[in-house]
Amino acid sequence: MSSVASMTISPRDAERYEEKDFGFWLYLMSDAVIFACLFATYLVMVGNAAGGPTPKDVFELDRAAAETALLLLSSTTFGVAAVALSAGDRGKVLLWLAITFLLGAGFIFLEIGEFTGMIAQGAGPDRSGFLSAFFTLVGTHGFHVSVGLVWIVVMFAQVFFKGLTAPVASRFMRLGLFWHFLDIIWVVIFSVVYLPGVL
Amino acid sequence: MFGRLTIDSLPFYSAVAASGAAVTVLGGLAVAGAITYFGAWRMVMTQWVSSVDHKKIGIMYIMLALVMLLRGFVDAAMMRSQQAVAYNSDGYLPPDHFDQIFSSHGTIMIFFMAMPFLSGLANLIVPQQIGSRDVAFPFMNSVSLWLTTAGAGLMLISLVVGKFSTAGWTGYPPYSGVEYTPGVGVDYWLWMVFVAGFGTTMTGINFLVTIIKNRAPGMTMFRLPLFTWTMLITSVLIIFAFPALTVACAMLILDRNFGFHFFTNAMGGNMMNYINLFWLWGHPEVYILILPAFGVFSEVVSTFSQKRLFGYISLVLATCAIGLLSFTVWLHHFFTMGSSAKVNSFFGTMTTIISVPTGVKVFDWLLTMYRGRIIFKPPMLFTIGFLVTFVIGGLSGVLLALPPIDYMMHNTTFLVAHFHNMIIPGVLFGYLAGYMYWFPKAFGFKLNEKWGTRAFWCWIIGFYVAFMPLYVLGMLGMPRRMEHYDIAAWQPHLIVAWVGAFIIMLGMICLGVQLVVSIRERNQALDLTGDPWNGRSLEWATSSPAAPYNFAVVPKVESRDAWWDMKQRGVAYERPAEYEDIVMPKNTYAGVVIGVAGGVFGFAAIWWMWWLALLALVVIAGTIIYRASDDDDEFIMTASEVKAIEDERFAQLAKAPKNEMADEPGFAGNAAPEPAE
Repeated sequence: MSSVASMTISPRDAERYEEKDFGFWLYLMSDAVIFACLFATYLVMVGNAAGGPTPKDVFELDRAAAETALLLLSSTTFGVAAVALSAGDRGKVLLWLAITFLLGAGFIFLEIGEFTGMIAQGAGPDRSGFLSAFFTLVGTHGFHVSVGLVWIVVMFAQVFFKGLTAPVASRFMRLGLFWHFLDIIWVVIFSVVYLPGVL
Repeated sequence: MFGRLTIDSLPFYSAVAASGAAVTVLGGLAVAGAITYFGAWRMVMTQWVSSVDHKKIGIMYIMLALVMLLRGFVDAAMMRSQQAVAYNSDGYLPPDHFDQIFSSHGTIMIFFMAMPFLSGLANLIVPQQIGSRDVAFPFMNSVSLWLTTAGAGLMLISLVVGKFSTAGWTGYPPYSGVEYTPGVGVDYWLWMVFVAGFGTTMTGINFLVTIIKNRAPGMTMFRLPLFTWTMLITSVLIIFAFPALTVACAMLILDRNFGFHFFTNAMGGNMMNYINLFWLWGHPEVYILILPAFGVFSEVVSTFSQKRLFGYISLVLATCAIGLLSFTVWLHHFFTMGSSAKVNSFFGTMTTIISVPTGVKVFDWLLTMYRGRIIFKPPMLFTIGFLVTFVIGGLSGVLLALPPIDYMMHNTTFLVAHFHNMIIPGVLFGYLAGYMYWFPKAFGFKLNEKWGTRAFWCWIIGFYVAFMPLYVLGMLGMPRRMEHYDIAAWQPHLIVAWVGAFIIMLGMICLGVQLVVSIRERNQALDLTGDPWNGRSLEWATSSPAAPYNFAVVPKVESRDAWWDMKQRGVAYERPAEYEDIVMPKNTYAGVVIGVAGGVFGFAAIWWMWWLALLALVVIAGTIIYRASDDDDEFIMTASEVKAIEDERFAQLAKAPKNEMADEPGFAGNAAPEPAE
């Protein structure tokens, strides 16, 4: 990240941050394998409704579209925060982080609504193999987003109390990787789970 | 408050179980008592438990592995004894207990013996081999260690509180589902694998980054020692294979505890998916275990043949090929489960193909010995024993790779014989060779050779006596995991196998005696030079045991076999003009806190104490956040401190004989010309 390079940090620290970024990429790769296994399981089980609700019965495209909009928007606002970080504008970093948090929280709010609604209709994860796979895949993504939200809060506190120091900027960079990664996973969920389910 | 944990969970239902529990508890108390007796708590807590030094973490991993090797061996001996007497009789173990024992034997040997041993050797050696001062993420390394230990702790606790799984080490549903196996056994298995799996994944990430980013100047990829190469590929395999295990376990946990229907018989479950996911991890795991052992053999065979490794490039390429192919064979673990002939043919073919790079390696090792001047130290004995025995196992493996033959042999003791034939000489002998080869590097004195040689002979003879009869029994049609049987023809073979287990027990005893004798007589076997075997790779350039920073001055590498090259050029023990400050990671308790909380979380989830599980999660999250906000995790070791340590090292070197191997018959000397390849 350009901001890290533009700050005065020793070559050794720069090397350390690069190692951490590389390690985090590897973590994301292993996380991608987790999602790949969950996607494969979902595709194997999507037809196993066991006489219960099918994708057509339970998916609401409007809600899924709203969730998509919130999450994609949050990735954009995170990008704006990253630009503010490069510019060294702490106030703007805090502002855009807060907006990103609200958008992410909105996504989670909608998803919890979707899940509780489905469970109330008798379409909970214990109803059929299809629903188990659906709740696990989408729920795992939701869990990741929730962890991301906690991370944003921690990041907010670090920027607030420590300022835009090199270690803080380095962590901010990895939070960005994580947040955009979740966006990509969501796009795949939308295309593999929701769209074929209702079309 | 205590979930489903009641007083009935204590093992008073059977004398055998109760004595196992008693041994476990007394063993724990004995260790605690010994630490108290020697007044060592302070040292243990401040220098070991909180340590982020990769060498100490490596030693702790290997201690864990050796303890679990003993525990896993006891399970094996109990099974062999049961089967030796169980012809037309119940023997001494009730079926339920026998099933727990074969499940725990496999689980322990794979997850808590082999995996920690591998991580331990890697921690001890890889950074030193690549001329690095540390691993990339020392703190994460400590978290990995303590999560693995937490998993092993759950394993030991299962002996005392509640029962262990009866579903084998693979935990196949639907049997491992809640419908057929209620109770806590399978949950113990699931949570210990889950917790330890996180630790392993982090180890994979750590070592991949370390090897890619932390090499000394001049240490190009094609100059890496073979052990480091195998750890590099192993790390890749860990990163891509372990997530599949995590997913399979998580789904089974959801099925068992929250009524999901991934792998149930009814309601749209599909149990085959578990088996696919499990072996999508499980087959690469075989290579995760064996590749580092191949690395050890490569180091040992060239050092003790006093010759450069034959066919270095082909060994590296074979390692990479095995890494790729290991993801294309998983279905051979269930040829008989009704996939089409085309699918079975594909996986049968791939399985046969993967034996090719392995064969390449065997030839490389043989040709390294050819025209070498072999010195028969215990690590070399284990290597030669491996070469002979492993080829037999490989041949029975190619046999099983043919689906029609697999249909005949499926689930018989032939298979049991085959994979023990790969894992004992391939993995365990490799790790034991590595343990004896690198022990002086870790502790500064050599292991006793006489007892090491005895251990080797007991292990190899015991192996043949114990497992060759199982090949015969498999052909006679004996299924694996039999608790008792009524076919007279089987018993003589089972008695022979029992004798083999007894001989292996002598091997275990020799290993123990070797350690005790070596510690007692350590002053006669001191390794003052840091290079007791006239070694070739960079780990022998450091002192034994290595200083906390490994290298006072990061070495410049100009050739493969970097240390040998330095010795030949006469720059090996050059004293630097001056030293610099070295930045070191600070010790921290955060790693052990996360590990303990991980273990508590697992225990609470097994017994449905959800409040405690939540509390443990909060502790883990809090520790991570605390740690992630701490920018002050390093300290500076000043140049004068480094100089003091190095001065002592050079004083020691001046006293030491330059080459401790020089007394060996056939010693080739440091600058001996290399026989042409």
